[in-house]
Amino acid sequence: EAKSGRTDLIFLIRFRHCCLLRNQRCVLAYLYDRLLRIRALRWECGSVLPNAVQFHMSAEEVEWFNRYKKSLATYMRSVGGEEGLDLTQDIKPPKSLYIEVRCLRDYGEFEIDDGTTILLKKNSQHFLPRWKCEQLIRQGVLEHILS
Amino acid sequence: MAEAYFPVGPGLGPEENFLSLDDILMSQEKLPGRAESALPRLAFALGQGAGPGDSLPEGSKLEIPLWLAKGLHDSKRRIISVELPKVYKEAWRTVFSADANVVDLHKMGPYYYGFGSQLLNFDNTENPQIAQSILQASTFVSRFRRIMDSSQNAYNEDTSALVARLDELERALFRAGQKGLNDFQCWEKGQASQITASSLAQNYGKRKFTEVDV
Repeated sequence: EAKSGRTDLIFLIRFRHCCLLRNQRCVLAYLYDRLLRIRALRWECGSVLPNAVQFHMSAEEVEWFNRYKKSLATYMRSVGGEEGLDLTQDIKPPKSLYIEVRCLRDYGEFEIDDGTTILLKKNSQHFLPRWKCEQLIRQGVLEHILS
Repeated sequence: MAEAYFPVGPGLGPEENFLSLDDILMSQEKLPGRAESALPRLAFALGQGAGPGDSLPEGSKLEIPLWLAKGLHDSKRRIISVELPKVYKEAWRTVFSADANVVDLHKMGPYYYGFGSQLLNFDNTENPQIAQSILQASTFVSRFRRIMDSSQNAYNEDTSALVARLDELERALFRAGQKGLNDFQCWEKGQASQITASSLAQNYGKRKFTEVDV
């Protein structure tokens, strides 16, 4: 009788095990998806994350992000000769050195390479070097205008 | 074009991708089955008992999700035996071979192809090879032509009418086709070199994140 009781309960144990595995799978897939999105953040927002995003990340995720940043930086330094190659720039093929941009919101002062500062106010238009503006355009501060 | 987020896609064929969110949703779909032996104390969990101590009598009909069916199924069929859902049976197969384009596959379970591939794992159907030929020959191939055509020719239109009758795999194909079309049009207009704001930055502007003082 004890034996039959035991074999009966095998089904129950198996059922519970299935449920546990299912929960584990869902949790793992969720966490992995979060990491994939955090990785995408490095390519879209650059190496400094906005505070609001960072607030929603766990400590381990911030740690993971920092380590990914470091890996990426090491790789970029090793590629492309002396100073390395910044892969996060020029995501779209560049056509010219200087581009026309319009400011979408008030940003403040912005300094370019030859030392002059430009005041970025809403709706002002400027003609600026491409590599300085790329970050700001991706963040939505500036808008690239095609002539 | 500048998207950096690459989620894990659904698995192809009889293997699911463990980390794929699409596969997890797909394996939640229910499957009809029978309890092969009396299952003690499971009645409550499976929604059929009055109290937590009841056991399911042998032979009772169950609707269980795919992940549970895969876990409890073994070749000797001691616990659960599964049956094919209606959509994969003989009657529907003849409908598909007649004309596959008119069927609303989204209603038949939004993961028709994925779920069908998973059913091939349970080798207790009389002819899995027929099921396989349905997935290949009649349904998928004949519908594919229509999907490809419509995705490549619907530019800047409301595509909800076209997409409503497709299941998830077909919708992914449709979206890929649309993306290709949009990218090409963008290139033709000379916008391929225009730097755009990242999608995250755009969402960030629209949503109100709670302001944090760090």
